[in-house]
Amino acid sequence: MQRRVFLAGAAVTLLPFAAEATPEALADAIREVTGGASLRAGKVTLDIPPIVENGNTVPMSVSVESPMTADDHVKAIHVFNEKNPQPHVFNAWLSPASGKAVVGTRIKLADTQKIVAIAETSRGEFWSASAEVIITIAACIEDVT
Amino acid sequence: MSSAGDAALEWRAPSGRLRRIPLVRLGFALAGVFCASLALAQSGDLRRSGYQEMGPALQKMQDDDTANPAMLFVQVGAAAWAAKAGAAGKSCADCHGDAAVSMKGVAARYPAVAPAPAGPVDLEGRINLCRTVHQQAPALVAESDDLLALSAFVTLQSRGLPIAPPDDPALAALRAQGRDLYERRQGQLNLSCANCHDDNAGHRLAGAVIPQGHPTGYPIYRLEWQALGSIARRLRNCVVGMRAEPWQPGATEYLALEAYLMDRARGMALDGPGVRP
Amino acid sequence: MANVLVNAPKTAKKGDTIEIKALIMHPMETGFRPGTNGRIIPRNIVEDFTVTWNGREIFRMRMSPAIAANPFVSFFTVASESGTVVLRWSGDEGFVAEHRVAIAVT
Repeated sequence: MQRRVFLAGAAVTLLPFAAEATPEALADAIREVTGGASLRAGKVTLDIPPIVENGNTVPMSVSVESPMTADDHVKAIHVFNEKNPQPHVFNAWLSPASGKAVVGTRIKLADTQKIVAIAETSRGEFWSASAEVIITIAACIEDVT
Repeated sequence: MSSAGDAALEWRAPSGRLRRIPLVRLGFALAGVFCASLALAQSGDLRRSGYQEMGPALQKMQDDDTANPAMLFVQVGAAAWAAKAGAAGKSCADCHGDAAVSMKGVAARYPAVAPAPAGPVDLEGRINLCRTVHQQAPALVAESDDLLALSAFVTLQSRGLPIAPPDDPALAALRAQGRDLYERRQGQLNLSCANCHDDNAGHRLAGAVIPQGHPTGYPIYRLEWQALGSIARRLRNCVVGMRAEPWQPGATEYLALEAYLMDRARGMALDGPGVRP
Repeated sequence: MANVLVNAPKTAKKGDTIEIKALIMHPMETGFRPGTNGRIIPRNIVEDFTVTWNGREIFRMRMSPAIAANPFVSFFTVASESGTVVLRWSGDEGFVAEHRVAIAVT
């Protein structure tokens, strides 16, 4: 009985997303930003709940360790996903006047997937962090028709 | 550090004066919600609100008034409260004055019995009675943003206060009808509300925690809807989920269930307008 | 007029790093969902969010359809001088919204 409700929910939720970004599309989108420069793990903290109650609105924030001075600061923060219809989530541009390299927002996630956050520094480095997010599906959805 | 405490929700009071609730003060109201929940827990009361069942990220979204999307609607409601409407050319404020004073605790006492011929109404029903009778304006459409915004604004004035359904005998029959609906199996899945929200509350259905079904946060910004919605909309969702035929919009069944559920949640703190998954 | 809720301090000490939070009512329709008639609902999103302080850009964000409905953004900036912070959202179907906040820096 619970399984039937679950399957109905899963079908309705997934159907609209016939198109899907792939790991290749994700890699391409990242390459567009980095120009092929290598990604280094570290300095970036991606704060997103590991299990999400509804993929329609997922709170997340990215913070980057940086002195945020004129000659060493985070120029941009880029966030990508693996399985939405498009790999792009957002790009945010910062400057030393930001004081702190921290950006928060809320995103949509079509499915359980990997999120990648990249920090681009004034010194041409690309730091990154990623997180696996599990999306649970609301049990009683609006219409099953 | 700078004074983040300056941030506030603002609206125009009937006197024309700009009314502000500093977010810090709203924070105290939320602390009130927390303490009231704690008090209930310590008294051996096992009831838990939908707010308590949410993860920390969603609780934080509700608690922060610049992050809670329902506050966008509250802002619209605050403007509507002060705007003149209808042939009478009156605003809500012209009769009720400052909502922070006159509406305090009001949302915690609905559904209630309105003077004949109206009879029992919920908060949205009461707002529409004011529109049609006192403002001589057309009723706002059920589930419309305009109606939900006013309801959210009025509900906010009761945040942290205990749910206190009136002891009006005219409500007894309605509550009994609501209880009967709540306990009756229906639909293709042959489920009653009680099967999930009493017998299996706290367990998971399709990954989501089944709440006890206490209506402490309405109108809610439901992430599933990406919009504000009333308890009637949520109840309709449940009925559809049970694969039963939903009642017509505005049917007494929704009001009866709401009256029963509010009575069942008596004493719990209102936390609306809330965020729910 | 667009419905916007912005939380920024009214006063700040010079050199302080302050947080600004902004919420705007917008459907953020992805352009990937079919409507009740089975046809795809056209994309309607906020694409660009730009913030200036006395005319100087302090933050910019490019949004995609993956940003949730009623977009919420929080970011930081250093309080340098008294003045006006202008937050501007723009996107599909000619959508433009602007909100101004005065901040006194002492």
